[in-house]
Amino acid sequence: MSSVPVIRQTAGPRAAKAASSRRGKTGGYNRRPGVVTYVLLGAAVLIGIGPIYYTLLLGSSDPVSLAQSPLPQLLPDASLFDNFSKVVNSDAFDFWKAFRNSLLVSLITAGATVLFSTLAGFSFAKLNFRGRGPLLVFVIATMAVPTQLGVIPLYIIMAKIGWIGTLQAVIVPALVTAFGVFWMTQYLQEALPYELIEAARVDGASMLRTFWSIAMPAARPAMAMLALFTFVTQWTNFFWPSIVLNPENPTLPVAVRLLQANYFVDYSLVMAGVFLVTLPLIVLFIFAGRQLVAGIMAGAVKG
Amino acid sequence: MSVQSPAPTRSAPHGAPRAPRRVGFSQRLSRWDFKLSPYLYISPFFIIFAITGLFPLIYTAFVSVYDWKLLGGQGDFIGMQNYTDVLSQATFWKSLRNTFSIFALSSVPQVLVAIVLAALLDQNLRAKTFWRMGVLLPYVVAPVAVGLIFGRMFADQSGLINSWLGAFGVDPIRWHVDPLASHVAIASMVNFRWTGYNTLIFLAAMQAVPRELYEAAIIDGAGRVRQFFSVTVPQIRATVIFVILTSTIGGLQIFDEPRVFDAAGRGGASQQWMTTTLYLYDVGWGTQRNLGRAAAVAWLLFIVVVMIGLLNFAVTNRISSAGTGRPSRRQRRAAARSSRRSA
Repeated sequence: MSSVPVIRQTAGPRAAKAASSRRGKTGGYNRRPGVVTYVLLGAAVLIGIGPIYYTLLLGSSDPVSLAQSPLPQLLPDASLFDNFSKVVNSDAFDFWKAFRNSLLVSLITAGATVLFSTLAGFSFAKLNFRGRGPLLVFVIATMAVPTQLGVIPLYIIMAKIGWIGTLQAVIVPALVTAFGVFWMTQYLQEALPYELIEAARVDGASMLRTFWSIAMPAARPAMAMLALFTFVTQWTNFFWPSIVLNPENPTLPVAVRLLQANYFVDYSLVMAGVFLVTLPLIVLFIFAGRQLVAGIMAGAVKG
Repeated sequence: MSVQSPAPTRSAPHGAPRAPRRVGFSQRLSRWDFKLSPYLYISPFFIIFAITGLFPLIYTAFVSVYDWKLLGGQGDFIGMQNYTDVLSQATFWKSLRNTFSIFALSSVPQVLVAIVLAALLDQNLRAKTFWRMGVLLPYVVAPVAVGLIFGRMFADQSGLINSWLGAFGVDPIRWHVDPLASHVAIASMVNFRWTGYNTLIFLAAMQAVPRELYEAAIIDGAGRVRQFFSVTVPQIRATVIFVILTSTIGGLQIFDEPRVFDAAGRGGASQQWMTTTLYLYDVGWGTQRNLGRAAAVAWLLFIVVVMIGLLNFAVTNRISSAGTGRPSRRQRRAAARSSRRSA
């Protein structure tokens, strides 16, 4: 590279030598990091996996061995599936119902959030209309308001229309998110050229047709990320479901709490339940984690 | 001559009846399509948000000035009574203290560790995606699950952490009794779940830093550590502010983890780890069953969040702008020195 002679003029031969030895055969900034980096990262990943694995170990042990030592064994024990079946057939709650509820809530909210956010994002990013600026500012402002502030009136509303204990009470408030609208607006601003929209309109496409055939395909990567995000958020959501749902009709996090209340003496069962509840998201993460990572990173650059 | 000819244009109202009218109609339709569609597309968000977000927000203020029981429903107007009730409850102040303590114990180490991890990831790693995913994995574990797992790891009697500490000759710590110890345990749950997420946000910001800056720093003889403090940190300060703000808003509302830290879920025997949101729940649906008072707690919490947010913003802004001034002055001095030496 041409930078070495430049250094010789300004910083003297010693600095140039130091720099070139640093750059050396490894090639400047793009050199491979040393072992220390991998060891530190490995430690971080282990700390992340450790508690999850610990859950698996506890969930696969029996109460007797659990009482003897906090870490019963290093590999999952034979009692694992025994404990799983005890949790699934527990009388504290209906596991499959909770599973179905969680799946329903997560899928519906993910689908709705993606659809409504893409519609609104398309509108905010590419269409001109009166009040666009202030409305977008309003959307962004709502992102900063703590959701828990409205919990009490929301509960009162749900009680008045008789939705306490039903899934609608969890689903309906989660159908739209300000974050989703903001996210799609940001994405479509860059990913969708005006020329494409104009071309579609010159060809006589209606606005809805333009949205469907031009905006939706352009938005697909962002839609996938938003769907993943919403799915994870709703699957792990506890505060609001724990308020409006009752023990007969729980989502999984609420059900786990019921396990704790019922079996707090037999922690192997509680932990088996915790692991069962966590497992679906870990499977999802293994298949779609790459997109989730990309989504977080893309969002951070723009946000 | 063209003036008298039967108008070939669309504007003629009575010439060539069929075709022009159809064009006119579809044009009018298209104009409506053009004008109305934007509002139509944003309306689902605004309608649903107005009902489930905005209205409850305002309604909270209304509920908070009424005597409003969970079972009895709306009672008499009592003005500021709910607020004075809450403010005179020692538990409220305790919960506020606990919230701040847990928040400080979680956000500070979290941001520091996340920045360092991001710097490690921001290298020419082998199997980049694997490391990124590995760091993010805890994010998909539900807070309730994290709470139960860590509640067990931090068990007072036969917990994993205490048995490890025992191996080093440290006396068992009473994680579920001692206030500070319980705050550390709960903060560690928050850190477990969010450090990886924030790491990726920092990483994204770091990847946007121009590589030439690092090349220049290397040429100037800066090592990895020096590059980190003199190039990376000043360059990503906007993201640092963003992460601190979001983790503040989240940290002041912490509920799930302390709720399941023990089986009773009331923040410990003497409410030593009861956070303000847990207190809000306890007032509304737990022991007091007083929604009016809970609404007052919600408003007070909201004011605290806004105040801390603004304070946070002011402080981090000042720190980060001080951070930009320093390196450039240092650079200027260094440049002056080197030019003197070479002269």
